[in-house]
Amino acid sequence: MSAKSNHEIVAGFMPLLDSAILVAAKERGFAADEGIDLRLIRETSWASIRDRMAVGHFQVAHLLAPMPIAANLGLTPLAAKTIAPIALGLGGNAVTVSNALWAQMAEHGATASLDPALAGRALRLTISQREGDWVPPLKFAVVHPFSGHNYELRYWLAASGIAPDREVEIVILPPPLMADALAAGTIDGYCVGEPWSTAATTAGVGHIATVKAAIWRSSPEKVLGAAANWAEREPDALAALLRALCLAAQWCSSAENHEELAQMLAEPNYVARPADWLLRGLSGKLDVGGEGTKSIEDFFVPFAKGATFPWKSHALWFYSQMVRWGQAAHTPENAAIARETYRPDIYRSALKPLGIALPAANAKVEGALRTPTPVGSTGASLTLGPDGFFDGALFDPDKLDQYIDAQKL
Amino acid sequence: MPERPSPLSILIIDENRLRAAVIEDGLRDAGYSNLTVVNDVQGIARKIADSAPDVIVIDLGNPNRDMLESMFQLSRAVKRPIAMFVDRADQASIEAAVEAGVSAYVVDGLKRERVKPIIDMAISRFNAFARMARELDEARSQLESRKLIDRAKGILMSTRGLNESDAYALLRKTAMNQNRKISDIAESLITAAGLLAPPEE
Repeated sequence: MSAKSNHEIVAGFMPLLDSAILVAAKERGFAADEGIDLRLIRETSWASIRDRMAVGHFQVAHLLAPMPIAANLGLTPLAAKTIAPIALGLGGNAVTVSNALWAQMAEHGATASLDPALAGRALRLTISQREGDWVPPLKFAVVHPFSGHNYELRYWLAASGIAPDREVEIVILPPPLMADALAAGTIDGYCVGEPWSTAATTAGVGHIATVKAAIWRSSPEKVLGAAANWAEREPDALAALLRALCLAAQWCSSAENHEELAQMLAEPNYVARPADWLLRGLSGKLDVGGEGTKSIEDFFVPFAKGATFPWKSHALWFYSQMVRWGQAAHTPENAAIARETYRPDIYRSALKPLGIALPAANAKVEGALRTPTPVGSTGASLTLGPDGFFDGALFDPDKLDQYIDAQKL
Repeated sequence: MPERPSPLSILIIDENRLRAAVIEDGLRDAGYSNLTVVNDVQGIARKIADSAPDVIVIDLGNPNRDMLESMFQLSRAVKRPIAMFVDRADQASIEAAVEAGVSAYVVDGLKRERVKPIIDMAISRFNAFARMARELDEARSQLESRKLIDRAKGILMSTRGLNESDAYALLRKTAMNQNRKISDIAESLITAAGLLAPPEE
């Protein structure tokens, strides 16, 4: 802004709706305004993004929000130290099931309301009915073991009385293959970001059973991961990028820009799918299959409700789920590593000049807000929530041990 | 490698059949005989279990890598836990591998000295393949440009009454004056001639 400094930044991304903020930062000139020459490189797997970040091809990348934590805990190969200084929006995922499974769930009371409690109960009844039949367990796909998708699917199943590791099988599959796998009967359902549920419903091969926004309202999904050594070396470049991304997120959040944004993302070098598919996720008006379109509140939130703030309570919730599902051992050291991966301090100091709302706290009790609630902030005023889990549970990051213990049951 | 106790089992996963064959040849020439090549991931868990690999070589850009990695980590398909080779490699090999577009995984406990020649071979074959593909592309586009230039010469010869070498000289001079490639000039000339051609046919 002030200086004519020119930072060259290369970012890896996956072709998903929530690459929107990065794409808009480049295409709408927010990055250039901050003196950043932003190069976006589309990748084919999260593993490839991670590898190329580790060898310095990318300074930053669109990452699944738990990935930097998993890397810092040494749970993945080629784990270079990564920080999460900004989030790339809230929500955006859906759980889609095959038409055959949906028909069975409907017999057990599932409706197009997308209510996770109702859908979960119907799935549990369907599973108990199948048990006598000597059929293999239902198979669900998620995109990555360290993903919001994996954890919210498991959370929903467990809270509905279904044991994710025993009563269903959870496999990993790349998003663009999911609708085809569902149609072919290789899997019975999946949890994925847009537009990959829309891909199944518009093709008539699946039905959306519930959405992330209903399982846990206003919940974290992707972050911008930054290579820790680069972030240390180039704090000004990182701060400039965070400002550009924040302004891009604000632009993405405005309904009047959704048409243009959908066109932009539809381009062959980005998501390369019809603009109409992308518009559904942006507007929250999803084709749920069969009954047609349903409007979902807060389906994908790119900017409002502090959607770009890297809450330490989000990092700790992801960590609690890594422990819950046996991916990580719970120790005070590991919890500290998870907490320190998310960097609200860097976010605040970079964005202060913009005068936008900055939360005063670094963490919050997740699930505590039943209604939109004004909270302490500097800059503009800030309203958060509602942010409830569908089962009414609370996650208090100060009571991490109790939460982890309670989930063992 | 005559005195190796047990020959290493190597699994090559590459959707590009040609490249997979190039890597397979390289490893075979280097004395590795226990090789399995998989071109698509259909039923991959079974194939991994059957070949019980010590080393798995995958192209970095394979869209199924997240799935494969989780499969290695769960190690239900693989009898022994598998880690990425980088755990036993130096930074330079890691960079060379990512640069070349190779990723590799090795079973736990395998010594670095046994892994390194395999990785180095995969890297050099990946690079050789990329070079080959590039050269093929170039040869193809050279052939294309020669055809374009021939047609453009033909047009100039008939419309301006030039002989072949003068027609070529004119194309070359125009290209040099405009700082463009001869084939570009030829292409625009052909387009222009097509647009301006009398509607006789």
